[in-house]
Amino acid sequence: MGERVLMKGNEAIAEAAIRAGVQSYFGYPITPQNELIAYMALHMPRKGRTFIQAESEVAAINMVYGAAAAGMRSMTSSSSPGISLKQEGISYLVGAQLPAVIVNIMRGGPGLGNIAPSQADYFQSCKGGGHGDYHLVVYAPSTVQEAADLTAKSFDVADRYRNPVLILGDAIIGQMMEPVTLSEIQPDPPPKPWAVGGARNGRKPNLINSLSLEEGVIEEWNWLFKAKYEAIKQNEPMLEMLRCEDADLILIAYGTTSRICKEVLRQARAKGLKIGLIRPITLWPFPYQAIARAARKTREFLVVEMSLGQMVEDVQLAVLGDAAVHFHGRPGGGIPREQDIMEIIAHVLANKRAGAITTRGTVIDWKAS
Amino acid sequence: MSDTDMQKIAGRSSLWNDRPSPYCPGCGHGVVHRVICELIEEYKLADNCVFMAPVGCSILAYTFLDLDVCQSAHGRTPAVATGIKRSRPDTFVLAYQGDGDLASIGTAEIVHAANRGENITTVFVNNAIYGMTGGQMAPTTLPGQKATTCPGGRDAASGMGHPIRICELLQSLDGVTYLARSSVHTPANVIKTKQAIKKAFDVQLNRKGFSLVEVLSSCPVNWGMQPVESLDFVANNMAPQYPLGEYKVDGVCVAPKA
Repeated sequence: MGERVLMKGNEAIAEAAIRAGVQSYFGYPITPQNELIAYMALHMPRKGRTFIQAESEVAAINMVYGAAAAGMRSMTSSSSPGISLKQEGISYLVGAQLPAVIVNIMRGGPGLGNIAPSQADYFQSCKGGGHGDYHLVVYAPSTVQEAADLTAKSFDVADRYRNPVLILGDAIIGQMMEPVTLSEIQPDPPPKPWAVGGARNGRKPNLINSLSLEEGVIEEWNWLFKAKYEAIKQNEPMLEMLRCEDADLILIAYGTTSRICKEVLRQARAKGLKIGLIRPITLWPFPYQAIARAARKTREFLVVEMSLGQMVEDVQLAVLGDAAVHFHGRPGGGIPREQDIMEIIAHVLANKRAGAITTRGTVIDWKAS
Repeated sequence: MSDTDMQKIAGRSSLWNDRPSPYCPGCGHGVVHRVICELIEEYKLADNCVFMAPVGCSILAYTFLDLDVCQSAHGRTPAVATGIKRSRPDTFVLAYQGDGDLASIGTAEIVHAANRGENITTVFVNNAIYGMTGGQMAPTTLPGQKATTCPGGRDAASGMGHPIRICELLQSLDGVTYLARSSVHTPANVIKTKQAIKKAFDVQLNRKGFSLVEVLSSCPVNWGMQPVESLDFVANNMAPQYPLGEYKVDGVCVAPKA
């Protein structure tokens, strides 16, 4: 086992990336992820690795593209507005099949928004973000430990599929300090015979590219990408399920909101309410099947997000009308409160159709129940 | 002289394979590519070199160059080249950019790569027009010059901006080691272009920092001219706006002498 230390989420992500063998990091300052770039600035040069504070998020993601093209494990991090700027580069990474790890420590939006925690970049992360047909593997850690572990895993997954991976945290995950055990990792990146640069020693020239003007070529590439996404959907979904077996109502939340829901679960069970929790760890691929199975037994779902309701659409797709999907969300930096969630649960379980509660951000779906 | 005494002293670069050139008749890109290929061969760099293909006409360089090629998003070549060079300092990184790519959408990337003194060599082909997209106004389009997006001619007084002089703009940056502007409108100027790019290669090979050669070039198709007429346009219209010569040598600013 490795050492157990107290660290901020941003620092733990940075240290885990270093241990996972990240060779190049490129960043640009933005709150609430600044500890990450500062950690890299201190530690990467000491290890003889590349650190650059780029002139913009646009430049940083394109430096990642270059380093990945040269066969290096490379990474960038930012927060919501900066991640918007990186979307062009992310699309090119996918198009050129380059592995990379991107960290988004989400803040309230839209626009400049604020620096408070948010989960409003779910659509951007899971449903495209940039142009073209594509997916990123999206991990949503809920603790500092998990942020570190998923970061280390991300480099392997990115290399395996030659596709960028996104770590989706928020201001709380990035800023809070928790004990974390950092294990020693022996990075084992696969050979990258496709990379450019370095002595060719007689090999044919390599090309890193996402363009073809020949008819049918890009369609063919998209079908290849599709096969890759199907393999990812098969192999990579991750989720946590708590007390779902006998549940009358299942909470669904990821990241920071799942921590709030865990406390709600504890309080509700103490009162004798049969509540469960499903916490998607991969937001893409989304764990549709597990949720669909749960919907055969449990008829009420309550999705809790720090947004106007984004993941709730995937939950609706998963249950396909087999269960009622209620929603409680706080956008723009608001954080759901335990007592509000408890109140909604009580209301739903009592099935009080008249006089629906008025908690702001709550949608009670009575149609399907 | 018998056949056995004959030596080949000139010819097509071995780095240029048999695929047809994608360039229009009278275009200068092919000449600039030839010069670059000759230098890569002379310096024996082909085994450890990345040619950076930008968005623009020269993006298709990968179809005929026998080199590792990395294509980047529009304007981002200096950032991508930075990522490659920092990863592989022993790899020769040649960034090839056009005027829309470098002097419009990619101004931030070129200025900051130059300012960091990235040890890359940039060949910047300035033909005062967007070629691949079909003849739109470029940041380097001359005053009065017509393009599809300035059909009445470029007019700074109407808010279309002035021609950007990249060498003059980058000259003040301390990270820049070598800076020159040349042209390919006559054989003598092609030779000067080769000499300038050779110096730029030397800067990178000696790990001396950032080097850039701006090459004035013709685009007869999008200028609506005959090829010879377009060469005259480079000499008579472009060169006065963009004076030829060296702007920085060994990191020291110099006054250009054509």
